[in-house]
Amino acid sequence: MQATTVSTPAVRSIDQVAKWFHMIWPPVLTFLVAIALWEGAVWLFEIPIYLLPAPSQIMATFLERPWFLLGIGMVTFSNALMGSAIGCSLGVLVAIFCVRWTFVADGLVPLAIAASAVPIIALSPLMGIWLGSVSAASKIGVIAVMTFFPTLVSVYAGLISPRADALLLMRSYAAPQRAVFLKLRMPAALPFLFNALRVCATLSMIGAVVAEFFGGPRNALGVYIKTQAGILRTREAWSAIMVACLYGLIFYLVIVLIERWVMPWKQRHSGQ
Amino acid sequence: MDTPIIEFERVSKIYQGGAGPVTALHDVTLRIAAGEFIALIGPSGCGKSTLMRLIGDLEQPSNGTVRIKAKTPDQARRDRDYGIVFQSPVLYDWRTIRKNVELPLEIMGRPKEQRHQRAMELLKLVGLGDFGDAYPHQLSGGMQQRASIARALSFAPSILLMDEPFGALDEITRERLQLELLSIWWEAEPRPTVIFVTHSIPEAVFLADRVVVMSPRPGRVQRVVEVNLARPRAFETREDPQFFALVTEVRECLRATETAG
Repeated sequence: MQATTVSTPAVRSIDQVAKWFHMIWPPVLTFLVAIALWEGAVWLFEIPIYLLPAPSQIMATFLERPWFLLGIGMVTFSNALMGSAIGCSLGVLVAIFCVRWTFVADGLVPLAIAASAVPIIALSPLMGIWLGSVSAASKIGVIAVMTFFPTLVSVYAGLISPRADALLLMRSYAAPQRAVFLKLRMPAALPFLFNALRVCATLSMIGAVVAEFFGGPRNALGVYIKTQAGILRTREAWSAIMVACLYGLIFYLVIVLIERWVMPWKQRHSGQ
Repeated sequence: MDTPIIEFERVSKIYQGGAGPVTALHDVTLRIAAGEFIALIGPSGCGKSTLMRLIGDLEQPSNGTVRIKAKTPDQARRDRDYGIVFQSPVLYDWRTIRKNVELPLEIMGRPKEQRHQRAMELLKLVGLGDFGDAYPHQLSGGMQQRASIARALSFAPSILLMDEPFGALDEITRERLQLELLSIWWEAEPRPTVIFVTHSIPEAVFLADRVVVMSPRPGRVQRVVEVNLARPRAFETREDPQFFALVTEVRECLRATETAG
């Protein structure tokens, strides 16, 4: 039961870099090996380009018109961002309502859990009818619905996560409801919120691309992938897929960075 | 006895369980003077935690009256008369140790400067002066429990309720913290009345002015053992023949409750 020494910031940061390096090299190596295998297999078995282009070809295609691809990626990404911003905000709001009025929770939360398991992307064609199949609104709508339910479920679980003792403590201070919410329930829900946001970052990028398969402006990633694949220009399709991965990853990493900044007490928690 | 700070007048507590009503506490009458250190001891199911919770207005009696400083427990709670320490430290893990100690003061709307100063003062008192900026998970169980004692004392409550606070700690840490608790309590100004729930006979005798021995099914007060060991108590107190005699007395008393029950 000895105290963990509270190290100085400098020591801690060196420690962290070393730890980070140890964590990062196995996946990086695995990734590079996988790419090399892919490249080798394409050349060795002379796989025709319309079936599977080599990574080097995909990269070359991307480098021919990087700004064009990143540009159409941005159109799709901004839909994902907008949709998840709406969906997640509403999810948080409704979760707060659920805690305040438990009868809302009793009715809504089981349905929300069920809805999290439903492939909401199937709504895409209908959203197209309601909001215009080419419009950004129909994509944003699908993504908002997709991200709303998991956020609601997760944040609600977080808001009711404080244990009885933690609540009794507040009671013993004769804390008003507002203080219980702001100083106990809300911070307790933060890790749950960020879990949801990380899931939604991934989900929204998938939703944005797939929703565009059902129609969208010509300068959007999903439309581009679909049309290029349709005429067997697989290098172009793959390079667009690569861009979709890139945006998805960046979105995810930005959420992780915000999470670390907002919850400094969590950072070294996992190490224990 | 001076005017009691805590008064139990024929108090009973009955829970409506699935298998019919369960009497957790039966006809308890008890008076506790201001500044006393009271230990509640007994086998599980004897209602010692229930008794503590009735004082703290965490539960309400089914029969009889509880008076705290001649007020209802509810009023006393609203007047912030209680500091509570649970078996687990219940520190909020998103707050540093200092911010945890400041929490009650924050809720009570004390100015920032005063909060900060008071928290540092208390952390020094419990031997955590250098750990104010650490997060709870960076401290050992014993240190976390010290922080939770500092938090309970931060707003200088007149009554300190402790529900098996050292129950989850190892024996060595436990004995050290008992001694520290006594000196913190002795030095605190004003000195709070302490209600200390425990399973440990030596712990009860070492800490308390009076040990309330309780018996189960239904929970009631079996006997109250006066502990007239000199204060301030020290490490050597545990080796005093009188200490052994009192431990034996409480033990015999507990055995009597078992054969009776």
